[in-house]
Amino acid sequence: MRKIGKQEIEDMAIGAALLGTGGGGDPYIGKLMALQAIEEYGEVTLLDADEVPDDALVVPSSMMGAPTVMLEKAPSGEEAILAFKQLEEYLGKKIYGTFPIEAGGVNSMIPFALAARLGLPVIDVDGMGRAFPELQMVTFYLDGVSATPAIIADEKGNTALLTTIDNVWTERIARAATIQMGGSVMNAMYSMQGKNLKESGITNILKLEEDIGRSIRLAKENNVNPIEKVLETTGGFELFKGKVSDINRKTETGFARGIATFEGLNDYKGESLELRFQNEHLIAQTEHRLLCVTPDLIAVLDAETGLPITTEGIRYGARCVVIGIPCHPKWRTKKGIQTVGPKYFGYDVDYIPVEDLAIKGVII
Amino acid sequence: MGIYRIGIDVGGTHTDAVLLDQNNQVLSETKSSTTEDVATGIYNAMHKIIADAKVPREEVKYAMLGTTHCTNAIVERKRLNKIAVVRIGAPATLAVKPLIGVPNDLREELGKHVYIVRGGHEFDGREIVSLDEKHLYEIADKIKGKVDSIAITSVFSPVSQAHEGRAGEIFKEILGEDLAISLSSEIGSVGLLERENATILNASVVNVAKTAADGFINALKNEGIEAKVFFGQNDGTLMSVEYAVKYPIFTVACGPTNSLRGASYLSNLSDAIVVDVGGTTSDIGVLVQSFPRESSLAVEIGGARTNFRMPDLISIGLGGGTIVRIQDDGTFTIGPDSVGYRLPEKSLIFGGDTLTTTDVAVALNKVNLGEASKVRHLNKELLEKVYQRMVELVEEAVDKMKTSSDPVPVILVGGGSILLPEKLNGASEVIRPEHSGVANAIGSAISQVSGQVEKIYALDEVGREKAMEAAKEQAKAEAINAGADPESLVIVDIEDVPLAYLPGNATRIRVKAAGELVQEEKDALTI
Repeated sequence: MRKIGKQEIEDMAIGAALLGTGGGGDPYIGKLMALQAIEEYGEVTLLDADEVPDDALVVPSSMMGAPTVMLEKAPSGEEAILAFKQLEEYLGKKIYGTFPIEAGGVNSMIPFALAARLGLPVIDVDGMGRAFPELQMVTFYLDGVSATPAIIADEKGNTALLTTIDNVWTERIARAATIQMGGSVMNAMYSMQGKNLKESGITNILKLEEDIGRSIRLAKENNVNPIEKVLETTGGFELFKGKVSDINRKTETGFARGIATFEGLNDYKGESLELRFQNEHLIAQTEHRLLCVTPDLIAVLDAETGLPITTEGIRYGARCVVIGIPCHPKWRTKKGIQTVGPKYFGYDVDYIPVEDLAIKGVII
Repeated sequence: MGIYRIGIDVGGTHTDAVLLDQNNQVLSETKSSTTEDVATGIYNAMHKIIADAKVPREEVKYAMLGTTHCTNAIVERKRLNKIAVVRIGAPATLAVKPLIGVPNDLREELGKHVYIVRGGHEFDGREIVSLDEKHLYEIADKIKGKVDSIAITSVFSPVSQAHEGRAGEIFKEILGEDLAISLSSEIGSVGLLERENATILNASVVNVAKTAADGFINALKNEGIEAKVFFGQNDGTLMSVEYAVKYPIFTVACGPTNSLRGASYLSNLSDAIVVDVGGTTSDIGVLVQSFPRESSLAVEIGGARTNFRMPDLISIGLGGGTIVRIQDDGTFTIGPDSVGYRLPEKSLIFGGDTLTTTDVAVALNKVNLGEASKVRHLNKELLEKVYQRMVELVEEAVDKMKTSSDPVPVILVGGGSILLPEKLNGASEVIRPEHSGVANAIGSAISQVSGQVEKIYALDEVGREKAMEAAKEQAKAEAINAGADPESLVIVDIEDVPLAYLPGNATRIRVKAAGELVQEEKDALTI
């Protein structure tokens, strides 16, 4: 158990952007929500998963909808509270604590704003260890935890309770309601017991996030290479260093898809790297070698500052280091690869762990 | 009888001025020091060019000023208005109150009267809740006599301006017409906090802009000149004094923009990369159809994140006064610090004790300046390496600004541009136009007048073509309003961005029209 204040939030926001692997929404507005809530209500208690009783009711808090809308119509703060109250009423049980559904991007910060206001602890667990675009792409789903009963709530005070037959229906109904409610809502779904959380969640992910952010910040202050520090912290691999030579984007069915090409610099001179993304970075490969594949994490860092760059922020000429980080072992199971592996996203590539690719390289 | 115009650009170090005839030929130019009060520097520069050009004073009809007054005030947190911040959007947005995320000193200065009122719109133009007019009247009573400027920001005001407009009316009704009112929909685009910050900053420098305008007009009067006065804005076009006092934030970063526009005019190129080498830094920007390319990212001003249009620039720590340090083992560093405007006393070639980039260029016979004998003893082989690195720094920055690897023309301007060679990697040609030292003041003098519109349209309802037409017409009307000649209007920029995840094919359309200044006097003469 420890306290999370403003500096911890600032560091976590940087780590959240990195674990967002190019997508997940800009953590900026979530960070401001957390900072304001801590300013007004005090610091937040962070618990390790093993400090949570097995029978405690725990619920993640997250936003759903268009990030563009959230950046204009910021939340009131009440909608997340309302969603929790309604769920408590429906389940007839008090919620013990909250946690982020995904550690990457804006949703990593949302639980802190809520926890500060309600005086609840945040638990150092998430369901992805990174960011993914769809509702069922959580480790809880792999172990059969249901997304519903779920509550979605808007700032006007409207709520909807969803009890669905499967997560596809949850997604479908929730999306339609979200648009009517104004394009961005807060939700309380994937409620579970402490026991489920410990079994199915990815633990110590917020600590990792904070460590990443802190090492980038301190590297700058101490004038050391931030990227080396990030690799040490995450157990990741440098895949490539280069400058962006081409960026090809198109928006399809609500996803920002595209390919960024990097021309090699220094040790990588003469090679070029292709990075394929659909909101998040999914595949990194050179002309001859496969370097990293989803669900392993691919992050693009500014070569100088080490700060993560989102897919929207990739611009011609930017000097970058592309790194690969092993995903959580839960994703490397058969069901895990089926849910978030390269074939699910439409790439005809087999999943091979990044540590094997980084050491030997696989010729394609 | 001639028609002459004065262009002035006030920068951090220098105040540059030029006097042009009606064919935009440079009759006189000067570079003088920027003074603490800014006004004296402007007066000095203006006095000199008028005296040098020897033209009849009554024939100086236009005076254009590009100035850093407003930027300085924001950065120094000085001379700011007493403002109220009104956001319309509750119950939404309460989780992120105004000025959260802005540096504490600025937040303290500008956050004394902050209110969040019920109202605002959804992305599709529906009301979130109806506007709480009663609350607005109460606020008006409360702030009476305490503030002289109000920043009003409503949720999704780029989609519907209704609530912002109504709030403005209520404040005018209670507090009088003299009160300055800044509406966010007229300043920034979608992105509440960034637009709100830009609006707050705008409200805070209204008085600074008024003082600058009065100072400039008085300086002209003291010289016996009755000219029409314009302010340069950061998109490279002009605004009238009335407009500038309403939207002073648009003067921020007009200096680099003026350099770009001046470079375009002097080199007669519309698409190129411009490198403006000053004493401390070099600014690299891109010309697209003779206008600066705009930045697509959030821009920080005085530590506050904003999203209104700004030229897309990168700045590198390489200028004429940049300090070069050579170690005993032959390694070296270039900058980022500089002797700046003290080059004439600090650098070796002028008898000083500090090795600068200018000394390096002189030692290698690239530039003929000062006393070359004072740098003759230096190790040429090593200096050659330093020089190569200097050039590489510029080449890398040029490369970063390109959109593809194809070579493009590079225009060099600014006092420090003599340092750079005739050839650069990635450049199809390197152009060094005449008068390039005062390209910024020329850019200020030759500016056009523009109007811009940025709105979200539901294309499913109106259709793409109609939406485009409506946006173009509105942009043209804005330009004419600002003083453009309707005959010469051209649409210089169109951008439409589909908004992901939104139904109804919602698209943000931005159109900019620009044209020559209406030359009323000229017309009067021909009649």
